[in-house]
Parts: sequence; structure tokens; C-alpha cells
Amino acid sequence: MSKIAFFVLAFLSIFSAMMVVFSRKPVHSVLSLIFCFFTIAGHYILLNAQFLAAVHVIVYAGAIMVLFLFVIMLLNLNAESEPHKTSAGKIAAVVSGGLLLLVLVSVLKSTDGLHLSSAPDSQVGMVKNLGMVLYDKYMLPFEVSALLFLTAMIGATMIGKKELD
Amino acid sequence: MGSSILELVHINNYVMLAAILFAIGVMGVMFRRNTIIIFMCIELMLNAVNLLLVAFSTMHSDPGGQVMVFFIMAVAAAEVAVGLAILVMIYRNVKSVDIDILNKLKW
Repeated sequence: MSKIAFFVLAFLSIFSAMMVVFSRKPVHSVLSLIFCFFTIAGHYILLNAQFLAAVHVIVYAGAIMVLFLFVIMLLNLNAESEPHKTSAGKIAAVVSGGLLLLVLVSVLKSTDGLHLSSAPDSQVGMVKNLGMVLYDKYMLPFEVSALLFLTAMIGATMIGKKELD
Repeated sequence: MGSSILELVHINNYVMLAAILFAIGVMGVMFRRNTIIIFMCIELMLNAVNLLLVAFSTMHSDPGGQVMVFFIMAVAAAEVAVGLAILVMIYRNVKSVDIDILNKLKW
């Protein structure tokens, strides 16, 4: 059952990722990416990482993709205004992407030692467990990421505001 | 019925899935000229890496990997906020999102 779920989700994520690249309208790309993020959240649930699945849906599908959708609608982008590469450039992109995949797969195929040594602990991805680690061992990075958000917020408003002239 | 998905699906499948998603992201960056879609492909690559980190974290029962993914998500959110602000500013100046126009810093 879980195995079937994995392969269905994997197929859907790869398909929607392809749709992001190949769809003609930018809005369709965004919607495919949102769908792709939901399937990845499904993968997280299958992997018993419930907390990350929730955070992933909230942060990516909820916040980041809304920003993308908002900007695309704000700039009024559509299929007509869409710039396209030449056919040669497109073929070159697909070929080099395929070659990268070939290299990655052939390298990763030859790795050994990817075997389960013991049954995984199913409680690792729970909120309680992650909270204990996050607020204990990773306290400093957590605080620094708060600073990062402050900087990003100030930076985004500074860049985004109209110039005074 | 195993307690974990990794007892049913070998970890290699997750490695391959992440590799495919990453390659699609790289291909998208080279394939498109729309800056916003290139940006979305970068998000796709980040997610491929996140998925692999979570898979390995589950495999080794180590919460450190999932905390790492949490921080990657935080950095990605900050990156998107600043990046889209820059994009809107570029659009305001050159009235286009075509990345080939922005070649002043290219050798």
C-alpha cells in the first residue's frame, strides 16, 4: 500500500515538475509547482516526518507560492509576453539536463552501503522530538534565522519601494 | 506491513527521485528565459535536496537532518522575499522579465 503510494506520488511529482518547465503560461507553471510541493509533502508524510510536511505546506504552498502567483499577476505575465529561447537553445538545455541526470544516476547507482542497518524510529519526525532537538542543540542557528528574516524583511521593503527623486 | 516506508521502498528510489527532480530544475533554469520561472526551478532544486535529506534522516533515525530541512525552508522563504522584490524592481526599470536583457555583467 505504502509502496504504491510512493510510486504514484513520485510519478506525480516528476510529472508536475516537468509541467513547471514546459507549460507555456507562467500561471500554469506556478500551479504545477504548487501541486509538486503538495506531492513532496505527501512524501514527507510517508517518511513519517509529519512536522516537516505541515511546515512544508504552510511555508511553500501557503507563503512562497502565493508570493510567486501575486508577482506574476502583478506583472500581468501571460503566454503572449513570454520570452522564448531559440530551438537550438532549448535542445541544448534538454540535452545538458539529461546528461546531468545521467551522470548523477550513474554515480549514485554505484554507491554501496545504502542499507537499513536497523528499523527506523518512527517517532523521529514528530513535533515533540524535533522540538527537543531544535530548541536545545540548534538554539543558536534558530536565533540566527530570526535575524535572517529581519534582514530579508528590511531588504525586501528597501528594494521594493519607489525611488525618491 | 512494515512500520516504515523505507522497509518497503529502498532508499535508492528516493535518491533517484531526488536526482530526477534536481535535474529537471537544472534543465528548467537553462530552458526558460522568464526570470520568475527560473526562480521557481531553483525552488524545485532546493526541494529535491530537502526530500533527500528527510529520507536519509528517517533512514538513520537522526532528527538533525529534519532540522536542517527546517532551516533550508527558512532560508528559502527569505530568499524568495528578497528575490521577488528585486524582480519587481527590474521589471519596473526594463519593463520585461526576460533574463537575456540583463546581460550587462556578462563578460
